[in-house]
Amino acid sequence: MSTRNTIRFLRRGEIVELAHVPPIQTVLDYLRLDEKSRGTKEGCNEGDCGACTVAIGRLRHGRVVYEPVNACILLMGHLDGTELVTVDDLADNGELHPVQRAMVDTHGSQCGFCTPGFIMSLFTLYHAGAAPTRQQIADHIAGNLCRCTGYRPIIDAATASCTGHPADRWARGAKAAAKTLAALDDGSDVMVGSGESFIARPSNADALAALAARHPDATIVSGATDVGLWITKQLRQLPKIIMTGGVSSLHHIEDAAERISISAAATYAEAFESLGRIDPDVGEVLRRLGSTQVRASGTIGGNIANGSPIGDMPPVLIALGATLHLRYGERERQMPLEDFFIAYGRQDRSPGELVWRVDVPKLKANEAFRAYKISKRFDQDISAVMSAFRLTLDGRRVASARIAFGGMAATPKRAAQTELALAGAALDDEATWTAAIAALAQDYQPIADMRASAAYRMEVAQGLLRKALLEIAGAAADTRVTGQRMAVA
Amino acid sequence: MVAARRIAETQTVGKPLIHDSAVLHVQGSATYIDDMREPDGLVHVYPGFARNGALGKIASIDLEPVRAAPGVIAVLTAQDIPGHNDCSPSIGGDPILATDAIAFHGQVIFAVVARTRDAARRAARLAKIEIDGVKPAVTVEDAVAMKTDDVGEPYAFIRRDVNKALASSDHVIAESFRVGGQEHFYLEGQVSLAVPEEQGAVTVHCSTQHPSEVQHLVAGMLDIPSALVTCECRRMGGAFGGKESQAAQWACLAALAAHITGHPAKCRLDRDEDMILTGKRHDFRVDYRVGHDAKGRITAVDVDFLSRCGYSADLSNAICDRTMFHADNTYYYPAARIATRRLRTHTVSNTAFRGFGGPQGMVFAERMIEAIAVKTDLDPLDVRKTNLYTDVRNTTPYGMKVEDNIALEVIGQLEVSSGYRARRKEIAAFNARSRVLKKGLSLTPVKFGISFTLTHLNQAGALVHVYTDGSVHLNHGGTEMGQGLYTKVAQVVAEEFGIPAGYVRITATTTGKVPNTSATAASSGADLNGMAAKNAAGTIKARLIDFAARKWKVPKSRIRFENGQVLVGNRNMSFGELARHAHMARISLSSTGYYATPKIAWDRAKAKGRPFFYFAYGAACAEVTIDTLTGEMRVDRVDLLHDVGRSLNPALDIGQIEGGFVQGMGWLTTEELVYDAEGRLRTHAPSTYKIPCASDVPADFRVKLFESRGNKEDTIYRSKAVGEPPLMLGIAVWTAIFDAIASLRPKQIPVLDAPATPEAILRAVRGMLA
Repeated sequence: MSTRNTIRFLRRGEIVELAHVPPIQTVLDYLRLDEKSRGTKEGCNEGDCGACTVAIGRLRHGRVVYEPVNACILLMGHLDGTELVTVDDLADNGELHPVQRAMVDTHGSQCGFCTPGFIMSLFTLYHAGAAPTRQQIADHIAGNLCRCTGYRPIIDAATASCTGHPADRWARGAKAAAKTLAALDDGSDVMVGSGESFIARPSNADALAALAARHPDATIVSGATDVGLWITKQLRQLPKIIMTGGVSSLHHIEDAAERISISAAATYAEAFESLGRIDPDVGEVLRRLGSTQVRASGTIGGNIANGSPIGDMPPVLIALGATLHLRYGERERQMPLEDFFIAYGRQDRSPGELVWRVDVPKLKANEAFRAYKISKRFDQDISAVMSAFRLTLDGRRVASARIAFGGMAATPKRAAQTELALAGAALDDEATWTAAIAALAQDYQPIADMRASAAYRMEVAQGLLRKALLEIAGAAADTRVTGQRMAVA
Repeated sequence: MVAARRIAETQTVGKPLIHDSAVLHVQGSATYIDDMREPDGLVHVYPGFARNGALGKIASIDLEPVRAAPGVIAVLTAQDIPGHNDCSPSIGGDPILATDAIAFHGQVIFAVVARTRDAARRAARLAKIEIDGVKPAVTVEDAVAMKTDDVGEPYAFIRRDVNKALASSDHVIAESFRVGGQEHFYLEGQVSLAVPEEQGAVTVHCSTQHPSEVQHLVAGMLDIPSALVTCECRRMGGAFGGKESQAAQWACLAALAAHITGHPAKCRLDRDEDMILTGKRHDFRVDYRVGHDAKGRITAVDVDFLSRCGYSADLSNAICDRTMFHADNTYYYPAARIATRRLRTHTVSNTAFRGFGGPQGMVFAERMIEAIAVKTDLDPLDVRKTNLYTDVRNTTPYGMKVEDNIALEVIGQLEVSSGYRARRKEIAAFNARSRVLKKGLSLTPVKFGISFTLTHLNQAGALVHVYTDGSVHLNHGGTEMGQGLYTKVAQVVAEEFGIPAGYVRITATTTGKVPNTSATAASSGADLNGMAAKNAAGTIKARLIDFAARKWKVPKSRIRFENGQVLVGNRNMSFGELARHAHMARISLSSTGYYATPKIAWDRAKAKGRPFFYFAYGAACAEVTIDTLTGEMRVDRVDLLHDVGRSLNPALDIGQIEGGFVQGMGWLTTEELVYDAEGRLRTHAPSTYKIPCASDVPADFRVKLFESRGNKEDTIYRSKAVGEPPLMLGIAVWTAIFDAIASLRPKQIPVLDAPATPEAILRAVRGMLA
């Protein structure tokens, strides 16, 4: 396998090839400080406001797919093999792009500082295919904050311009761009820098595993939606960066009869459809996880590997009974996902070992599933409490349960006492739920922080178990203020 | 009626022109300060503060590691300041760089100057600072218990003997609740670029609502005349009050670095530091008693607003005054004691934020109405109507007569158009059958006083040049923060000259063109600067008319300016041709314009007078659904009706109304500032501080301008100010949540604080079920 010592990407119809790239340079800094393209703005420098949104074109099944990403926490290594489109590029000889025109016509900008980010999010929506519903538009721009307009005109601009029939320069040049990106994908392992400071982006799984084993001190980077903040906020120097995203087999999602296998570098966006088919609530959790930008970059594997007690996916996957596969060099091992999380900041993973794959069992006919996320804001927020329930039913009784919570302990954690107490409960007799609801207080001693008090966390956890039981029992009236139980076709 | 006739004829004023920078915004080519081409030799400044500690003496400070860091050119401390080390907008007490003690977590002690911003940021964290820490007063309760010295004297409006009035009231409600603060979250963080000029002068490009104040503070800091400092601002990426007084410190640091190093210097804060180091909307504890009768009519109001001002006065005294001015909202209080305490806490100095204290006063008034409705079992809307100002009950607690009252009209129209009464019934039926989810509905009015309550601030200047090709250069003292002020003022000037708005070149606000300006604040931007620009253009126009009448020997009445043409009798010429003729005849084509708001006078010591030129009105109706198991809340529908008088630009006004409403809703729902016991802000980034996003705005969102006969007062084209008032339309969401919770048990007042986060809602729900 060949090695390439440059990062290459497509920009404004030309191939940019860079040999000297600091490992932690962000795309935003590259744009604003090196390229001097200052249309892309820095709002928060942590991937939460979307002002720095740019579009990344990637080759998928032979065609270029554009996704919005936060340039402030995107590393230069991420650009390899992609097309980078920024707000500076859209107007065509002085003529505004349709999404730009629409934003002007609907009075969609006031102070204008968030506008470039919105334009780029809408640019990707413009290229996304069908005309979006209002809900889809709101979901798509959940990662773009505007403090001036109240969003109504921006949603109107999206409705007016994103008709499902793209006809801009990118639509016209789609074939050529696909050809260029295909040519950029030369199967090389990227290694920019050397020895003690490098960006490595191997193209095959064995090379990745070997490299990680050889450099146990390196930082493993998937989407950098978390690692990006170590760089921009903690100002950490990360001299060795090993990226997982270049390995195409690690994006693989296998949808088998009884389980779905998600490889570690699959993004939320890539995994959305398959996981959403397990249960509408899994789709609903993914819809509200991060933002479109975060889901385009972040990975299920990364959400597990970083070991956060407030990651959204681990409780869902634990309740579903997922198995985690790790790889170190040539050796693979597996464990129930819940065993991976040992303590706060500590996981069962040795340096140089990689989160490799997670196998998620599908639901059986007699299993009911519910998941709920509690946060101050519905979209693009971090959970105060994340909950997931899988109940195995024996007619109108609970035979057994798997229950996991995030935000209730130092790790994502199963509710062992509660699961026991729930076994045998009758769906039609609320009195039989009481012991299980009370048992949550034995399973968890949550902390207070800026997201919620300890008392609220416990109270809401108990409320969520009640809600899950009410819903599974077949509540007569609506029980949710947000989202539907989203079915993925 | 003259004005009304005139407005009917306008060609540019009143049209929904797009924001003058919209086409640039969407291309990313509108230049903000950090986007400006960097001058040669630019250096970067970054502030440094003690990572631990909020209050106490600086026991030791070691800046050697900072100096030794890569790329560092200089480290600045208070000793480097040649002049006045204070950037206070009011009575002092805001050191640019702290000297021997700090009084809040994040107080700036030094600043690093380095070759790159990255180097400066990294170096700033290397200082070793020990604070001889004392327990800080973080909350209102801390400040009261620890008896910190207030940042201003307590102040009250008193009407009659309120205790006597309460004693003779049929019913009395006594309550206490909290209203949280709010982070501005302008998308463009604080930024300044200072460029040294010859003779010790400096030009400061600053993202500020108040260039004149920045100019004066920089001059004072450098101990040079104001004439040597120019402050310029083309646009801000949002401000909302957060760049009224608190942009100055960063401008001062940039100017100081430029002064010390001789290089152009830029200071731009990272988001987290921006949120830790700059002030927010004041949070309050409100303790009140209200007397009322069985019909919900208020007999007496006794309210204490305990305001958390932070470590210094900043603008807190004027802000707390405005809380008092709006504690009545649209309601008549026969007897009242409206009192404020301006508490010093050891937290960042709270500052201006859209509404300037008014929203907190209004939240109180609306919550009080809701409480009366609960106790009397009346519809809150009827309680509101019962208590509105009328033609006879029309004197505010501060002695100003309400002469332009349209509250009942606005409320009545919205009541009908929103289907309030029918929905009230539907919601009651829904709540009767729904176990987990409960709905609430609320219709609240807004009456907001327009004028700076510090009377001398109500003045503005403008400068207009007409060039000999007919193009026009416009400058005025107002700043553009997204509200569309530049567009509105350009429309006014275009109207005056009868030219298309495109002829008017809008230029950056600069202290070199219009001096001694007030902040663009108090919603006053278009009222003041529009009038000043009209006067400037009017002066030139009068000269042109005089000239044309003389030259072509026609009566002045036969000279008309329209569509870029000038009709002089039967002669038709372009505006540019007339300008050329005038120039050849040595007629000046440049003029300043000036405006001072008439009629206003306020004697604060006596608490008497007319602080406001007029009031802006509006009303909002919100429907919400809460989840009684989790406290989560959804806004189902919102109807807004807002009074802008005769609109200068309905598209921009709708933008202010919708955006203001959503910002107000965010303040009262998802936006929560959390400080720890050591006084450190824990919510200092958008990951933890949640402003509304697109899905928080209801799909069913109906917004209308009130069909106005025009401002009763002679404002610019009879328009009304629109910057701040709509923020308070967001209160309807909070009272609707209150209403939903109140549905859980009759006659029990929910214990709901603001913001109504899921946790706050669930706490209130539990209180009802206990």
